[in-house]
Amino acid sequence: MKLDATDRQLIDFYQRDLPVCERPFRDISRQLGITEDEVIGRLQSLQDRQVLSRVGPVFEHSRAGASLLAAVAAPEQQLDLVAARINRAPGVNHNYAREHTYNLWFVMTAPDEAVLEDRLDELEQQLRLPMLRLPMVEGYHIDLGFDIDWEALP
Amino acid sequence: MILPPSPEYLAIAPETTGGGSVSAWGLLRLRRELEKGLPLTPRPYQTLAERSGLTEGEVMAAVRQWQSQGLIKRLGLVVKHRTLGYTANAMVVWDISDDQVHATGQAMAAMPFVTLCYQRPRRVPDWPYNLFCMIHGTDRPGVLAQLDSLIADQGLEQTPHAVLFSTRAYRQRGACYVGRD
Repeated sequence: MKLDATDRQLIDFYQRDLPVCERPFRDISRQLGITEDEVIGRLQSLQDRQVLSRVGPVFEHSRAGASLLAAVAAPEQQLDLVAARINRAPGVNHNYAREHTYNLWFVMTAPDEAVLEDRLDELEQQLRLPMLRLPMVEGYHIDLGFDIDWEALP
Repeated sequence: MILPPSPEYLAIAPETTGGGSVSAWGLLRLRRELEKGLPLTPRPYQTLAERSGLTEGEVMAAVRQWQSQGLIKRLGLVVKHRTLGYTANAMVVWDISDDQVHATGQAMAAMPFVTLCYQRPRRVPDWPYNLFCMIHGTDRPGVLAQLDSLIADQGLEQTPHAVLFSTRAYRQRGACYVGRD
């Protein structure tokens, strides 16, 4: 998707360090030389177009609650069906098909480890598929707020 | 499900809010609201305050404290890279010896095109890999070229690894730790 220069600037400048003050979008508008209403309108439009998932905090997962990467090996012809079942389980926030015997990879979150384990046990029984449970041991780089390389985009 | 307020992250130091104590339940509601993202209103922290039964000052104090404690690691625009054209997304998994995995992980994380990198447990025999890194790119040849340069740079020519390109995103959204689905 092609974005105009102002949308690009919004993304370039504000993937982090959004102001915490009474009128943060007014601060941003002054930085970009547009009106506060336009900032809000553009952010809403970027959300509506699925360019942004949200404006807001990214929580440090290890401190915000429990989360775990899991994978199952679904029969190829049932991929969509199994993926839909996984999405119905509580706390699933990422779910991708990948090219491997373990072809569905999802992240489940929960308020604590016990709830997380219960949810995964229940899902595993429902799916009747072997599940890999891969908690994070150590993160070396866990922030997706990288600079967008606009020139490289199609 | 009703969750008890967790004292560790729901306690806000009174000095940050002008001396009064802040309702733990209010802070829990604020956590739930924040997981959905900042409301796009002229005074988003006031809107959050109204939704969680706190004052605007308490909300801003809580957000600042959670940032300084590291509970909030980033506050800003959360991009859906796929929409922008980052459609080639490879999860590369490696079987690195236990005594090397920490150093290799740190070195990989420093490569500019590695967007995520972490250690996870092996599950032998099904899953022999203990180091994960993610490369986001616009096309497969580009991502594979970056992987080649990573292998050369880190001397990983003999290291068992697998490349798992994503073929479909069934869900991609913010985490919901204390909120309800």
